[in-house]
Amino acid sequence: MIDIRRIFTHVEQIHHEFGPIAATPLLRGAIGVVLTNPFAGRYEPDLLPMMNALQPLGIDMAERLRAAMGVPAQSIEGYGKGAIVGADGEHEHGAMWHVPGGYAMRELLGWKGDRLAYAKGQGEAKTGQPGNALAIVSSTKKVGAPGTTLDVPLTHINASYVRSHFDAIEVRVPGAPLAVEIIFILAMSTGPRVHARMAGLAASAISQWDGLR
Amino acid sequence: MPAKIRKIIVQIDETRIEMGRSVSPPTRKALAMAVIENPFAGQYTENLDALITIGEELGALLGQRCVEALGIEPGQAHSYGKAAIVGEAGELEHAAAILHPKLGAPLRIAVEKGAALVPSSKKRGGLGTAIDVPLGHKDAAFVRSHFDAMEARVADAPRANEIVVAVVVTDSGRPLPRVGGLQVHEIQGKDGLR
Repeated sequence: MIDIRRIFTHVEQIHHEFGPIAATPLLRGAIGVVLTNPFAGRYEPDLLPMMNALQPLGIDMAERLRAAMGVPAQSIEGYGKGAIVGADGEHEHGAMWHVPGGYAMRELLGWKGDRLAYAKGQGEAKTGQPGNALAIVSSTKKVGAPGTTLDVPLTHINASYVRSHFDAIEVRVPGAPLAVEIIFILAMSTGPRVHARMAGLAASAISQWDGLR
Repeated sequence: MPAKIRKIIVQIDETRIEMGRSVSPPTRKALAMAVIENPFAGQYTENLDALITIGEELGALLGQRCVEALGIEPGQAHSYGKAAIVGEAGELEHAAAILHPKLGAPLRIAVEKGAALVPSSKKRGGLGTAIDVPLGHKDAAFVRSHFDAMEARVADAPRANEIVVAVVVTDSGRPLPRVGGLQVHEIQGKDGLR
């Protein structure tokens, strides 16, 4: 069911954006895995088996991206995910990535919840201890031609309202997806926008540990 | 004066299947790009030495980043290429100054040897302009299985006063080469051609 044709990784090191040079450059990265869409050209009512089959791929991609960025998991502060579906597929095929993509990164970054429970629509039992990677992983998806760009949103891993970490990274795999393919994408960053100065909730002020604030 | 670098981007493109056939081992291409300030933007300057020096610096930096990204020993590199996109306040000759006089020598150190010419392309462009970086085998330009290209593009560059400089290093040729010509095992590696 999982037939990987290409793996594309992208890491950028941002020193400045015409303002003060960052003491530590911001790292942003994305990984796109190009695979055959088993449902191309037809309507498949049951997408859940494929969604479940993608779980190990998500975990492998998250680790590959972290390794390409060359930082420990503790350095990852922002994340996002996305999918580009080739022309013979359906927008909903991109949605198969919500659970495996999101929870792969949350697992890598320290979240220890129950993925299977989540897949069944059940929330994980809160222990009261603040874990890591508590925030929802924001996402975008589209149907597109080879070389289509996707702007993948990035938000803080522990609190969605942290304003300094609202960002996006443009992802594009030249020559993909073909009509019968899908690209599943994960993205991560090591910090706020390089010249963030729009106030709002600061990462240092997270206090609710509810994934939002 | 060293290059004023705004961003560095590294990409790896790994192909495992082509036309339904397994590619084993997978082909891998690494692209490293630097977005730099063009010190001569908006003016005609007779002497381009500052850009020539920047080319030397970036040949080492970007060559090493590619080899690191592939996780290989320098001698395991197969092919290479280079390119530059000059923002609209610069001239094509600025790309030439970076690419041609001095970028090659440190790149060859990064990939060990490199008897062959480093194929190149250049253009003037705006934000998000894509350039196809030509690739050829590093020790023998006539190796047909390694004629290839990799697309380089930075979404927010080059600004008018910037230059995008790109270097590609691979550890392989095309995914399923079968159009004959000089083969890797036939390389003599002396004249850079065969």
